[in-house]
Amino acid sequence: MNTSYTSREQVEVYRFSWGVAVGVPLLVLFLQGFIPVRVSALRILDLPLVVTIFFAISRRNPITGLGTGCLIGLVQDALTQHPIGVNGIAKTVVGFLASSLGVKIDVEQPGSRFLLIYFFYLLHQLIYFGIMRGLANEPLIWRWGHQLLGALLDSLIGVVLFILLDRFKQRV
Amino acid sequence: MESFFARHKNATILAAVLTAQILGLATQIKRPTESGPVRLIRQWAVALVTPFGRGFVYSEHWVRHAWRDYIYLRGVHHENVELREQIERMRLEQIRMEQDAAQARRIQALLQFKEQYISQTVAAQVIGSSGSETSHLIYIDRGSNEGVEPNMAVITPEGIIGKVLRVYPSTSQVLEITDQTSGVGATLVKSRLQGILKGQPAGNPNLAYIMADESVVPGEDVITSGGDRIFPKGLPIGKVASVSPGRDLFLNVRVTPSANLSRLEEVLVITKITEKEADTKGLGPIRAADILAQRLPSVPDKPAGATPNSATGGAPQTPSSTGAGAPAASTPGAAAVPKPAVNAKPSAPVPGSASGKPVTAGTAASKPAASPTNGAAAKPKATQTQPAKPTVENPKPATSGEDTP
Repeated sequence: MNTSYTSREQVEVYRFSWGVAVGVPLLVLFLQGFIPVRVSALRILDLPLVVTIFFAISRRNPITGLGTGCLIGLVQDALTQHPIGVNGIAKTVVGFLASSLGVKIDVEQPGSRFLLIYFFYLLHQLIYFGIMRGLANEPLIWRWGHQLLGALLDSLIGVVLFILLDRFKQRV
Repeated sequence: MESFFARHKNATILAAVLTAQILGLATQIKRPTESGPVRLIRQWAVALVTPFGRGFVYSEHWVRHAWRDYIYLRGVHHENVELREQIERMRLEQIRMEQDAAQARRIQALLQFKEQYISQTVAAQVIGSSGSETSHLIYIDRGSNEGVEPNMAVITPEGIIGKVLRVYPSTSQVLEITDQTSGVGATLVKSRLQGILKGQPAGNPNLAYIMADESVVPGEDVITSGGDRIFPKGLPIGKVASVSPGRDLFLNVRVTPSANLSRLEEVLVITKITEKEADTKGLGPIRAADILAQRLPSVPDKPAGATPNSATGGAPQTPSSTGAGAPAASTPGAAAVPKPAVNAKPSAPVPGSASGKPVTAGTAASKPAASPTNGAAAKPKATQTQPAKPTVENPKPATSGEDTP
């Protein structure tokens, strides 16, 4: 038996159809690029991160989680002019940790989901900024107020998005 | 060993994936030019995501046009009447402006000015963006199939947007002027100070390299200088939003872009710029005043003992400043401009373009004292008040004798 606070038997593990597993990340990547064209301020959101967390905590498999995060992050990087891998690394770590954490805590409640997304948003940004400044040598400025606001908005949107995406879950 | 990997399978895979990505990242940073796999990944990603944007934008336009053109026609008659009146007013204004333009072209021809014409543009729809706060990049629905190439300027009637960064068959990436990796040669319209407009990590772009002892007023217009060889000279960039002392010797000049970069729908890609001398055909005979202006002392190729600082005739000149109406190549700040180029886009007049520069250049020609490249510009002051005299009474006013025809 594993050492989690919740036993394996009690934790629901879900899977998704291929259409959802591929279509939802693609749709979210499109929205992430398209929404700022109409409302520039919404660049602050990171919808692909929300989807990464959702798939990770639903599948509860660290390898699938990191794989999903890695792929989504790499595509996201490829759409910018920055080197490919910055978002990839950050989302790989988030995917891995979210799926590991999904086994241990209850992630079905909106409150816990909110806190989870809030925490992972900040973690993601820390990793992203660390790589951009340390490896890519980009002079980014960390603004706490901005990051906390981003985390708040992303968490609120994430909670709603999670409810919508819950409909596509299939119990294993 | 096997049991170790079996026990730490997840952590091992995580470490392997992270290591691979870090190595890939390091390779890209070491070699900034994109190699095969990286370019391929970008191409695939763009091909995966942009069709959504294209489909959405086209559907949106179709619905919007159908609504506006066939259903919601309220007030169209009234608008038509207003537009007709506006056309009448503009026709009258056009006649006056044509005369001004003809005069400007005559003077340009005399000065052998080369004009830059935006001779070909491609209209494009904005179909997406990078979606990242740290990357101000947009996608347009025109690519190499339509003749778009990297480093082409992208504009709207309100102002410049950015330059084409990468081109795919039917899509292009445009780097906005607000991105922190972007740089645009810029000129302040009134003071004629030159600098480089650089994007900032947050907020509006900054006009860099304006010396701290210069006077810059908020609200002043900023236009392209043409020094970057991407944007033609004289296109509107924006207005000075705020001025504050910078860290070094330079001012911190924030510029609000003229174009609404936060809500872009349609843009123009400048695919061809032609450079030619002003066409004086059909402008009528050249007047005596113009011939006089031509015969006035002009600028020597290499003024003996002239330094950039003495170019303004005693007035100290900073590297970021140029004299008003000067052929730009005379100052270090404008050294990148090979020829005194004037933007004259007849179809879309822009501030500081044909109506601004040539006129001041012409003035400089008829007033040698104002010429910034004149090493001893203060001397022939008499020519300012009596423009006809220098060639007759004072054949060697201040410059060398070779200047006088």
